[in-house]
Amino acid sequence: MRVVFKTSYDKDIDLHPDWWERGKIAVLLVVMGLLPFLVGEYYLAEATNTLIWALAGMGLMVLVGHSGQVSLGHAGFMAIGAYVDAGLMTAGVPWIIAFPLAGLAAGCFGALVAIPAVRMSGIYLAIATLALFVIIEEMIIILEPLTGGVGGMFAPSITLFGIDFDRYASLSNFYWLVLAIVALVTWGYANILRSPTGRSFLAVRDSEVSARALGINVTRTKALAFGLSCGVTGLAGALMGHYIAFFNYELFSIFISINLLLVVTIGGLGFIQGAFFGAVLITAVPQLIAILRDGLNASVGIDLGAVPGLDTLIFSVILVGFIIYEPTGLYGRWLKFRAYVQLFPLARREMFRRQKTYLKTERMR
Amino acid sequence: MELIQLLIGGVASGCIYGLVALGFVLIYKASEGVNFAQGDMMMLGAFVALGLVNRDYWALPFILGIVLACVIMGGVGYGIDRFVVRRIFGQPQFALVILTIALGFVLRFVAGAIWGFTPLVLETPFAGKHLSLGGLVLGYEDILTICVTAVLTLGLWAFFSRTKLGLAAQAASQNQMAAYIVGVPVRRINSLIWGLSGIVATIAGVLYAAKGAIDPNIGLLGIKAFAAAVIGGFGSLPGALLGGLLIGVVEPVAARYLPSGFSQMSPYILMLIVLTTRPGGLFAQIHAKKV
Amino acid sequence: MSLLEVTDLAVHFGGVKAVDGVSFHVEEGEVFSIIGPNGAGKSTIFNLISRFYEPTRGKIRFDGAELTALAPHQVADLGIARTFQNIELFDHSTVLDNLLMGRHRHRATHWVQDLLFLPKVRAEERAHRQKVEEVMEFLELEAYRDKMIAGLPYGVRKVVEIGRALSMGPKMILLDEPASGLSVEESQDVAYWIEDMRRDMGLSVLMVEHDMRLVTQVSDRVLAVANGKPLALGSPAEVQSDPEVQAAYLGTATAEDVA
Repeated sequence: MRVVFKTSYDKDIDLHPDWWERGKIAVLLVVMGLLPFLVGEYYLAEATNTLIWALAGMGLMVLVGHSGQVSLGHAGFMAIGAYVDAGLMTAGVPWIIAFPLAGLAAGCFGALVAIPAVRMSGIYLAIATLALFVIIEEMIIILEPLTGGVGGMFAPSITLFGIDFDRYASLSNFYWLVLAIVALVTWGYANILRSPTGRSFLAVRDSEVSARALGINVTRTKALAFGLSCGVTGLAGALMGHYIAFFNYELFSIFISINLLLVVTIGGLGFIQGAFFGAVLITAVPQLIAILRDGLNASVGIDLGAVPGLDTLIFSVILVGFIIYEPTGLYGRWLKFRAYVQLFPLARREMFRRQKTYLKTERMR
Repeated sequence: MELIQLLIGGVASGCIYGLVALGFVLIYKASEGVNFAQGDMMMLGAFVALGLVNRDYWALPFILGIVLACVIMGGVGYGIDRFVVRRIFGQPQFALVILTIALGFVLRFVAGAIWGFTPLVLETPFAGKHLSLGGLVLGYEDILTICVTAVLTLGLWAFFSRTKLGLAAQAASQNQMAAYIVGVPVRRINSLIWGLSGIVATIAGVLYAAKGAIDPNIGLLGIKAFAAAVIGGFGSLPGALLGGLLIGVVEPVAARYLPSGFSQMSPYILMLIVLTTRPGGLFAQIHAKKV
Repeated sequence: MSLLEVTDLAVHFGGVKAVDGVSFHVEEGEVFSIIGPNGAGKSTIFNLISRFYEPTRGKIRFDGAELTALAPHQVADLGIARTFQNIELFDHSTVLDNLLMGRHRHRATHWVQDLLFLPKVRAEERAHRQKVEEVMEFLELEAYRDKMIAGLPYGVRKVVEIGRALSMGPKMILLDEPASGLSVEESQDVAYWIEDMRRDMGLSVLMVEHDMRLVTQVSDRVLAVANGKPLALGSPAEVQSDPEVQAAYLGTATAEDVA
């Protein structure tokens, strides 16, 4: 096991304590960058999808994992991002302006909504955001001249400095674009977490009373977390729109909100890495199910395709399993595994035993 | 006259929202969490009743079938807590939210696998019968819904405020450890309450099915019932019923007098208005934390 | 003019007069203690100063500013730090992060600057860490720097909370039962720290405490309250010998209160 000797405050402040850790991230980035040369079109498209989910997952992670608020309405903010981006581009605004505006619109809307919403807590907030989602969905249908209503709308292909980033014609370019955005957002997210802003999020999450006593404006902090979260989710929505190319309100159903919650919980609440782990899982599992189904059909002759809703069932069972057996998610499991390897053969089962907890009422705030 | 007719229909469907909301409140009182599968439990209850009563299936006498369905669903509720929810005992509310969302999907899958996804109709002895009262048409099922809801709400209210078990359940939700120390069997009480909410869900499901066809996706009605429970204040039984009635009435009125699309939104808009003005609902139960 | 002036403070919860007409003032560099039986309204006075409760009547002036006109988080900006009776730390963060959260009122960067982690943010972080390390050295917390709060023993948490309050760089610190639940040695440490805070840091200390030995050892003046009303104010010895105070303690007290 390596030991990091801290010789200056900068060791703590830097994102990574030494060049070994930095190197690992660099290698990961290089491999991701070279992916278009390594895999075929189909898997590249899937990788793009995973990255978009990871982006949306990071958006929700800020809220759920780091500021302790639950939202069941994030599909609505994805929709806002997608519609603003596609709408502006249809009106002739170039992507480079429309895309940030889409994020800004979703973020501002989120922060605006948050101001009354932050007075609520826990379940009330979850349900209020759910209601907000239904309202956004209905508004999309009502505002047909702008959104295409039930018929849907087309996301124009992206052109930047004369280079084509069309999702179909030049998938590699689109993939690189998404990768760059995801890398940039991840960097910004990590920066927030190591700065006073991130600490104020954690403070509000763990004890509002203390946060107030330390001079943290709880309402403002929660609204900021909400805004940032919705902004990032909106960006993901805009990319999702480009990825699907032609979409209507049904793309952003309640199941997207639930899947996003899945991403952050299964991935590992409170860790940026968790959003990525979760995104990989949520995009890979349907693929695995499809492969398994084809295999069973061809070899044994069992046609699972005839059973409707099997995918969701398997998802649900995985989710239940995680909540019960590994509430810290995939990333938590990974941390334990790593500790086990590093300490081998000294690691013992008891080190990772969960402490018994008792729930107290949350009606006291 | 038209408005009164509209209101009566609204009250009847409001009662069903109210009953599902009662289920939420029950679980909230016991586990201090929200059961997002409550709508799906209602759906499953309706299907179980249908499976027992309809001539194509078991063809039992109506009352016997309903009672049996209640017993079965009570068992399902008890079992869900005993074998699944109990495993996350002591974890934060958020875990229960996710867990029950997933359970809802499982229940929906089960119903779809057994009864299929085409809408089915529950055969009731009072289907299509109605009372005429000076120009007003009152369906038997509407009258029954209103009566059953009133009785059930009163009964549950008495249970929680008068009986030892009910009080113990409330204590268990507010501080698990303290409840243990004073000798409340927290886990068993939680399971019992889940069973009870299964029964309430079945009654709601049967009343819903008496008014129209059902399919495995009617559980989404639960979202509206949430709005009802939230408007009422989540910890309050009469509040849940009142919230349900409000939503039940607002919906048809909005559909009649407002442009299309708004009636779908109206329950949620109503809820957001209540929440922004009174963050704890009409019968708030949130208190300031003592430091 | 005194640093903290509380005039005719009162708060009623329904019919209960939790605090009823309490007045006192704390000078700069003074250690002032509030004592009284359980339920006398001591913590309520703290919560009124922190603006967690709205007073029914009365005024609280700190350093020339009227507190009753401020929001809770603005109280900290004036330089009032506090600890809590039942420890309110950020359980899922390290000791270092908890102390850094105490530096919040000194933050000079906007969240956009934080997002980009501009050189200014780094410079600020270094300065915060410098200050926090000083506090850690003072309270001898170095051994726990990177430990999660959730795994620390009670006594250490109690100290971390004092550390977090000191990290704020306050003018006045409010200690809510700093020695409750501590061993004799640990509460002796607290006494020395309070002495040092006053002497070396020039802090004013307002303290609620049951441990009379600690109170007599460090306090300049003591206010005794019972049932929300002030009973006696003066030097520790004066207050202890006051017949009304003795009656309040013996009349309603449990064994632990007399200690």
